[in-house]
This record gives sequence, C-alpha cells and structure tokens, in this order.
Amino acid sequence: MTIASVERASILSPVRARRRRSAIPGFGLTLGLSITALCIVVLIPLSAIAIRAAGMGVSAFAAAAFSARALHAYGLSFVASLIGASVNAVFGLLTAWALVRYRFPGRAILNALVDLPFALPTAVAGVALAGLYSSNGWIGGALAPLGIKTAYNQTGVVIALTFVGLPFVVRTVEPVLRDLAIDVEEASASLGADRLQTFARVILPALAPAWITGFTLAFARAVGEYGSVIFIAGNMPYKTEIAPLLITIELEQFDYGSASAIAAVMLAVAFAMLLAINLIQTWARRFS
Amino acid sequence: MSTAKLRSAADDPAWVKAAVIGVAVLFVAAMLVAPLATVFTQALAKGLGASLQALHDPDALAAIRLTLTTAALAVPINAAFGLCASWAIAKHEFAGKSLLITLIDLPFSVSPVVAGLSYVLVFGLQGWLGPWLEARGIKIIFATPGIVLATVFVTFPFIARELIPLMQAQGTDEEEAAVSLGASGLTTFFRVTAPNIRWGLLYGVLLCNARAMGEFGAVSVVSGHIRGVTDTMPLHVEILYNEYDFVGAFSVAALLCLLAVVTLGLKALLERLQPQTGERGH
Repeated sequence: MTIASVERASILSPVRARRRRSAIPGFGLTLGLSITALCIVVLIPLSAIAIRAAGMGVSAFAAAAFSARALHAYGLSFVASLIGASVNAVFGLLTAWALVRYRFPGRAILNALVDLPFALPTAVAGVALAGLYSSNGWIGGALAPLGIKTAYNQTGVVIALTFVGLPFVVRTVEPVLRDLAIDVEEASASLGADRLQTFARVILPALAPAWITGFTLAFARAVGEYGSVIFIAGNMPYKTEIAPLLITIELEQFDYGSASAIAAVMLAVAFAMLLAINLIQTWARRFS
Repeated sequence: MSTAKLRSAADDPAWVKAAVIGVAVLFVAAMLVAPLATVFTQALAKGLGASLQALHDPDALAAIRLTLTTAALAVPINAAFGLCASWAIAKHEFAGKSLLITLIDLPFSVSPVVAGLSYVLVFGLQGWLGPWLEARGIKIIFATPGIVLATVFVTFPFIARELIPLMQAQGTDEEEAAVSLGASGLTTFFRVTAPNIRWGLLYGVLLCNARAMGEFGAVSVVSGHIRGVTDTMPLHVEILYNEYDFVGAFSVAALLCLLAVVTLGLKALLERLQPQTGERGH
C-alpha cells in the first residue's frame, strides 16, 4: 500500500499559491462531518487515556509507567524496532533497486508480494512466523543445529517487527528511484566516477530523504505492533515482553490506571514519531 | 531499463544485477513467501478434510460471520468519512488544513492496543459512558459495537488518505465548470468527481477491507474473547493456537491468507488499470 507514498504525495503536493473562496458547494457540511467523525472516533477516545493517566497523580503514574518491567518493555520495543527498521532499510533499498532498475522473470510477483504485510492480518503473520522460525519450522529448524535460535527470544521479536515494516522502505524509495534521471548517473560516469562512487556520491544523496522517511515509517509501525509479535516472542517478563503486551496484561488484571499510564507513554512516543515524520518530509521537500 | 541497445553507463554489471536480484528475492522469500507457505502446509497437515472440518466448526463459522459483519459496517463508515474529508480538504482552502491531515493520520502511528484501551476507557463499565450505557442496557465493550468501533479507528485514515492526493491532483476546474453551469453540489459530485475518483476509492476500500477483516490488537482489547460471540477470525486463530489446535488455527489463518492474496491480486490489477493509483509519488 502506499501509506508511505500517499503520505509523501499529499504532503509534497504543491500548495496552491492563490487563496480564494471556492465556488464548489458543500464545504461546511463535509468539513463539519469530517471533524465530528475525527473527534468521535479518534480524538475523544485518545484523550480519555491522557485524562485517566493525568488523574493518577505523579507518583502513581511514575510507579506504573516507569516500573522496571515497563522500562524493559519500552527498551525492547524500541531497540527491536530500530533493528527491524535497519534491516528493512538495507534490504528494502536493494529490493526497490531490483524492482525499478532490472527486468527479470517474477518481477511482477515480487512487486505484489512486497505489500503482503499490509494485507495479511497481524495474528496470521504471528502464527506463521512462529511456525517458520521456531525450532521445528523450516528456517528455525535449519538454523537450530548452528546454535541460532530464532523464536521465543529477542531475535523472534526482531523478525516479527522486520516483517511488519517491510513494505515501507521499498514503497518510499521506489518512486524517487524511478524519477531519478539516468543522465545524472551518465554524467557522473563520464566525469570518471566508477559505479560505486556514482552510487555513493550521486544516487544515495538523492534517495536519502525518501530512505530516511521509509525507515522512520517502518520504525513507527513496529513500535506499536502487537499481533505479529506475541506469538513468536515467548512473552517472558523482563526478557521478551513488548510494551503493548504489558498494556493487555494490566487490562486483564483490571488495572486500568497502570494500563493507561503505559498507554500514555506510548501515545507520547506516537506523537513524537508523527512530528518526526512531518519534519523529515518538510526537510525532504527542499530536495524535490 | 532503457530501450537503447547500447550499454548505458547507468547499467550495472551482470554480477551486481544477479546479486541484487538474488538478495531481494531471498529476503522476500524468507520473510514473506515462507510464512505464507507455512500457513498452508500446517493447515493441510492432516489433509484437506480435517482443515475444512475445522472451518465448519460452529465457533469458526461464528467468527467468520462476525468478521464479515464488522467489515461490512466499518468499511462503509470509513468510505463516507473519506469522501467527506477529501471533498473538504482537496476542493477547498482553509486554515489548519495540514493539522487536519496530520490528525487523520494519527491512527497509523497509535498502537492498536492503545486504541482498544481508549474505547474501554470511554465505553467500558468503569469508563465515562459506562454507567449511562449500562442503565439503558446498551453493551458496547465486549460486544459487536465495540469491535466495529475499534476497527473503524484502526482503518480510519485508509480511504481518506487514498482520496485526498487523488482529488488534489485533479484540481477543481471541472467541478467549478459544472457548478457555474448550474449543477447542484450532489450532481457535481456524482457526475463530475465520482467518475474521476472511482478507481482510487475502490483501491482505498480494498485496503481498508483487508485491514478491517484482519485487525487483531485493538479488537482483542475490546472483544472480551467470548467464543462464538465476540470472536473475530484473527482472535479465533489466537484461541485455537493457544489450545494447540494447530490444524484449526492454521485453517482459519489460511482463509485469511487467501483474503490477503486476493487483495494483493486485485490491487495489482487496479494499478494496471489505473497506472497512477497508489503510485502517486511523482
């Protein structure tokens, strides 16, 4: 899909220079309905978390939101998401390069498959990855004799978070790579640069804004991920427990306060990510 | 990639080409194809009969029904919202537009579990509206309405974000011409705008539907996991998996995989029919 490319397209689209009253009717009605829906579906429910967490008092909030167990869970979600997004940055760039620059049999299938994490339910991804990477799965079984364990540990968390973020880097880099003029590379070559120099000095800087955007989107998606992780993680407190899982554990004990405190921290992270993505895109616009 | 026969300086050596394609294919095979294949192999581990029987289980059938109901309610709600929002944002100028677009995107970056929790805090027994709803016998949390609401939240931006750039790219000239010739707002929308955005709308509906049928985290929090009552297909996969009924779990999972594969197939078809759909980055 194209959350990424859509986001890019609409944010990068030219701002209309002239402001004037539109002759097209329905503005008040459609804007009113949109804002009402946004408030009912998104803003009011999310504010309930902030209000609940704010009402706890500082010490109770800190005890719940920054307990050792919670800190460990944020750390795991953060580091595993970072590694997953980095893996995607490398392999996503390669995949985008193969899709744009080369023609080979199966290219259309590869192209369609890249979007699978957007279309496959996360719980299905979870059981599938657990089945594949556990010691009796095809890949997990093959790596087990080498002493590499790929499920029910932190590696498993990274694998799941790599899966959910896979399309982002490919889909943000792809359109920029497609638009990159070949003659710039040819000019670079004619001036004596070898292929590697051209890649590092000419192509990579042009791709950088989109590449970083893709990385950030993959990271943001991974931090909040739940369904695909819990089956392969093992879910051991202080070891393989991710932050969203901790919220559901608090909820199962009807501890709505603690759940809200952890959720408030995650919500703050989500806002920070959204801000970061917008800033990166403002910065990227200067290059386009 | 050019049609020129001469070797361009932008062409990579054959070994680089082979290595890049090889690595990309291996990566996608290990991360995407092998998991899909695992689901189908595990589902068919005891034969097609056992797998089909697992899908005929009353609880599985109830889960399938609930998933279809949820998508049938959530997708039209989001389509209506997407059309309203994109009409206001793409066809008019107003202050705070980029803030509105950012807020519409918010559900993309909020963890589904956090979304589920927020509905529990509003509609749950301990929540803001809980006592009021309880007095009137209305059940939202641990019932179908909560599941639909949670699904609407996570899929909220899908159709709007597909339509906004599409309608912005098409500009307002055609609508202004129609209005100046005396067409009403609705006539303008149905006769001028709708034909221009129908593929984009379909594309958004397709992706929204896939996510609506597959949502797990948010729905898991508000559902209460009542077997045969508030169990959607993804939740049913979890229940069967935790009971070590692997044929059952992977059979339901295989059905959801088929949904994903059909979605990707239709998506590729739409992109071919309407080349700019989903690739509007340029």
